[in-house]
Amino acid sequence: MIVTVASGKGGTGKTTVATSLALAAASLRPRRERDGQGEHGPAVQLLDCDVEEPNAHLYLRPSLEAREEVGLLNPVVDEARCTHCGRCAEVCAYHALAVLPRQVIFFGELCHGCGSCALNCPEQAIREELRVTGLVETGHSGDVAFGQGTLTVGEAMAVPVIRALKRHVDRHAHALAILDAPPGTACPVVECLRGADYALLVTEPTPFGLHDLKLAVEVARDELSLPVGVVVNRDGVGDHGVDDYCRAEGILILLRIPLDRRIAEATSEGVPLVVALPEYLEQFQALYRRIERITGIEKVLSR
Amino acid sequence: MKQLVVLSGKGGTGKTTVTAALAHLASQQASVVLADADVDAANLELLLAPETREAHDFRAGKLAVVDAERCQGCGRCREVCRFGGISIASGSTNGKGHCQVDPAACEGCAACFYRCPEHAIRMVERFAGRWCLSETRFGPLVHARLFAGQENSGKLVTLVKLKAQEICLARGADYLLVDGPPGIGCPVIAACSRSDLALVVTEPTAAGAHDLERTLRLLDHFRVPALVCVNKWDVNPRRTERIERDCADRGVAVVGRISFDTVVTEAMVRGATATEVSDGSVSRELGLIWAGVKAALG
Repeated sequence: MIVTVASGKGGTGKTTVATSLALAAASLRPRRERDGQGEHGPAVQLLDCDVEEPNAHLYLRPSLEAREEVGLLNPVVDEARCTHCGRCAEVCAYHALAVLPRQVIFFGELCHGCGSCALNCPEQAIREELRVTGLVETGHSGDVAFGQGTLTVGEAMAVPVIRALKRHVDRHAHALAILDAPPGTACPVVECLRGADYALLVTEPTPFGLHDLKLAVEVARDELSLPVGVVVNRDGVGDHGVDDYCRAEGILILLRIPLDRRIAEATSEGVPLVVALPEYLEQFQALYRRIERITGIEKVLSR
Repeated sequence: MKQLVVLSGKGGTGKTTVTAALAHLASQQASVVLADADVDAANLELLLAPETREAHDFRAGKLAVVDAERCQGCGRCREVCRFGGISIASGSTNGKGHCQVDPAACEGCAACFYRCPEHAIRMVERFAGRWCLSETRFGPLVHARLFAGQENSGKLVTLVKLKAQEICLARGADYLLVDGPPGIGCPVIAACSRSDLALVVTEPTAAGAHDLERTLRLLDHFRVPALVCVNKWDVNPRRTERIERDCADRGVAVVGRISFDTVVTEAMVRGATATEVSDGSVSRELGLIWAGVKAALG
């Protein structure tokens, strides 16, 4: 099961929820060395897909065991073969190539790495080379398998890094993969939601929170047809707009986290919520169980 | 005309709260034009009650569309698509199965269009969003909405800023205030371009400090001078001091601290800026920040 934690609005607590959900779900698993009792929880994987500003590592402090440079395939023109016919520039949808009478100019920051230029070059004068735009690292934090992507500062496109990170989703090894998405509703968020089984939307009960929750619902539920549920963070501030909206839309509020100075202080130090305040562990375990149940029902319904 | 962009790296640190307050303060002494460059989740309008004067469609990028009648289901398009945007649907009208495009994955590159031996694919323009020119009590506002899941947020941000710059010039406005998006990717880069100054709003958290550092590196990279302010500083005074020390080491001025106060949310619920509803400490602190920003803009 893939659960993507998204929000629309930034700073609502996506990473707080994603990390605590990962720790709580992993805690349901019986320890191998120990009694083997307890519930059979999932093997858990957490991937930090907010590659512009990855923060989950600050909470989980993983040991990173592997790193790989990722990016886009960029064209390299073999000037000896090139006849400067201009076909590559003509087919490039992003205007990343300009062909002059004796030279081909390439604008790397515009290239999406689609390969159209190489595919359409009549002289086969274009080969492709990886241009590194970010880093994907994987490792472990306790029982949680961890992965994160980091976009190189100054690079514009987050999606290729997210895509490379998502290749590490392993449905066989992990019953639960949690993707921590970036804020917003544009293409990086869509990339995080594509292929997910459930979208967990974190919001706060304020006009900004409500406005951006509606946008997130539009993307996850209306565009991508995913089942969605809401976590209301900092419950108690603001107004009743989020509650009213969720009731009217039939969207489940799965968890409420109150406005609590102790939570703010713990998260400011990068301490996961369920570690700082263990009374939340059970609530996050229950959150996992509810999502598991909902996606199970969804599967039956879609058959 | 001086152009200020308000950024944060991390989302939810208070960019819009600060931008709206600065707009209020600046508009008392000078003429201001506003641009909301967070086209994914534009929130400035929730505080400024804009009256829309003009609304325009934003069309950008292409989408591949398969003609199911012509398609023979050979799958060559799927082979060349690097974005995982094509799947083959079985049991279609011609009985052979045909290719279909996932609009959420398609980046409009047209590789499939060129590859298709049956010429069964055409590229159509995407209706990707809308942008508006509005009037607010602080001055004109250019804002936009990128439709759910669309690409080209950078292009739309660039368009929003271009329109705002035109209005600034036409009206001889003193300041263009740009409310930026979170992150450091393409819409942020577009929001920063041609700015005289960036004000980075951070918070005294591990994540806030981490993202501030990446944002300052981005601003260095594009040679935009930066100021910093720490929002909700009293949630963790020790971390606030550390952020201020780190900024001093980098030669970046911290122009102020803002206290944690529920008046900010109360103002938001009323659709107002903090400085309009209160003359308490938060408003005084925002006043100091505006004074610092104004001095730095020259």
